[in-house]
Amino acid sequence: MVRFLLRKIALLLPTLVGITICAFAFVRLLPGDPILAMAGEHGVSPERYAELREHFGYNLPIWQQYVNYVGDALHGNFGVSISSKRPVAEDFATLFPATMELTVFAMLFAAIVGVPAGMIAAIRRGSWADQSLMGTALVGYSMPIFWWGLLLIIFFSGYLGWTPVSGRIGLQYFFPRVTGFMTIDSLISGQKGAFGSAVSHLILPTIVLGTIPLAVIARQTRSAMLEVLGEDYVRTARAKGLSPLRVVGVHALRNAMIPVITTIGLQIGTLLAGAILTETIFSWPGIGKWMVDSIFKRDYVVVQSGLLIIALIVMAVNLLVDVLYALINPRIRQAG
Amino acid sequence: MTEVAALSGQQQGGQGAPMGRLREFWYYFSVNRGAVLGLVVFILLVVLALFAPLIAPHDPDLQDKAAFLAPPVWQQGGSWTYILGTDAVGRDMLSRLLYGARFSLLIGLVVVVLSLFGGVTLGLLAGYFRGWVDVVIMRVMDLILAFPSLLLALVLVTILGPGLFNAMLAIALVLQPHFARLTRAAVMGEKNREYVVAAKVAGAGNLRLMLSTILPNCMAPLIVQATLSFSNAILEAAALGFLGLGAQPPTPEWGTMLANAREFIQRAWWVVTLPGLAILITVLAINLMGDGLRDALDPKLKRS
Repeated sequence: MVRFLLRKIALLLPTLVGITICAFAFVRLLPGDPILAMAGEHGVSPERYAELREHFGYNLPIWQQYVNYVGDALHGNFGVSISSKRPVAEDFATLFPATMELTVFAMLFAAIVGVPAGMIAAIRRGSWADQSLMGTALVGYSMPIFWWGLLLIIFFSGYLGWTPVSGRIGLQYFFPRVTGFMTIDSLISGQKGAFGSAVSHLILPTIVLGTIPLAVIARQTRSAMLEVLGEDYVRTARAKGLSPLRVVGVHALRNAMIPVITTIGLQIGTLLAGAILTETIFSWPGIGKWMVDSIFKRDYVVVQSGLLIIALIVMAVNLLVDVLYALINPRIRQAG
Repeated sequence: MTEVAALSGQQQGGQGAPMGRLREFWYYFSVNRGAVLGLVVFILLVVLALFAPLIAPHDPDLQDKAAFLAPPVWQQGGSWTYILGTDAVGRDMLSRLLYGARFSLLIGLVVVVLSLFGGVTLGLLAGYFRGWVDVVIMRVMDLILAFPSLLLALVLVTILGPGLFNAMLAIALVLQPHFARLTRAAVMGEKNREYVVAAKVAGAGNLRLMLSTILPNCMAPLIVQATLSFSNAILEAAALGFLGLGAQPPTPEWGTMLANAREFIQRAWWVVTLPGLAILITVLAINLMGDGLRDALDPKLKRS
């Protein structure tokens, strides 16, 4: 297992270096002078320009700039945001739990609805239930989620008035930040109605962000189940006279879940990207909205570091999925 | 056995010759009703897009100052002049949607051609030559895949500058590793088969072996991936347009049309609903076709 892990990490090293080069190159690839780009419309005096050049290290040879950049990043120093004037790492730490909370709920929603839907479709293969479930899944898979979010807002927030339109919690609630997850912090605070408010703010963004993973999981579960249901051990279990529920729920599901779990893990990267759109629509104060806002504010220090951090997180999650997969399935350990 | 033989004999019109490849493909494709529906809708969209200037009742950029946010014809206050209503500056929604089909289909086409060409070339080189060529190419592909696709497209557009063409370039770059990986895997599978070795012994050069011997036998997964990329490209371009980094106003691109629609959520549902519905229908039609293509082209699924 240790050898497997080491080999996986060794394979990731070039990608890791590549990611840092990309993030480093980003600011230098922007059209025009990076310092003028950061200064925006105000412009800078020649003295200030020289000062800034030195401050950001642009007067050094390019390779040294890169080494410094990586060195800083390894120390957790990602520079200072131009717009908020705070260290990027600090802003990130504040905003990341919001994205994480949304991602966790979206993933739970997708798995809790998607897995049973796929199972039913597989068991009732060819029936109207199968066809309508898979038809719905394909619609979900084809959904432009920014539009889907607007539709849900029109119906549930506008027409029915059930859910709030934006933000994470009602403005009347204020409590100390413990975990960064509003749902948990509101419970800890013990304020009446705070938890309900946090949940009602989460519902629509969760549905919107979870829609595409839900469709992918349902389709994947169906095909994995169909494959497993044809296996000998399922037939044996049936022949033994086990109840259909036990055959499907225990014998088949356990084996069908392996590819599904991988799919779920690999969807996390997609979710972080999907969060860009979902957070923009619902004004959800997470890293997706932060990135988009920073692009428009020309806060390229944030865009650069955000790119780096998000890529690193996605990589770490994928590595974790690989490792979990190898733990469940020893055959991968040998071959991979 | 005799039953099967009789059945296939019927399909071939009683002749002993094997079904033509195209007919075989159509046979398996048409079994899937969803795929046929997708194909019909897609063809309809292509026709609408091609003849948009003839069909559209108005100029898509013409602003009617007397009809801001006019509702569709079936609603109170609607008129036949603007069948699907008008937007906030009095432009005809129907005409804009029809012209929008041109942009979406063009985006899909350009992105697929660019990423297919780039990805297949890189995949061929990697799978055929292996060694350091393979390592370098595939590491770069891994690198592209390490970033969430929309985020990478956003950043690339920031570097290149907002606009439809740059958005297409960015999306093509983001999507092409899938083609490279597929081609490489297929090439590696085919490279040591007898027919390739035979061609090599007969004196075929590297280029000939790659392009005319191996590549045609790797087409099936590439066609399926191309379909998927087509719909993905439309979705991502629309997302970039929605964020204000894709096609710029007043271009009637569907995503761009939605960008400003947010403020009219309460007042004018048609401004918000229709462009998104157009995106959904287009993407859904292509994905339905993709599912059918996969079933028809994948020999493993075909037998079951």
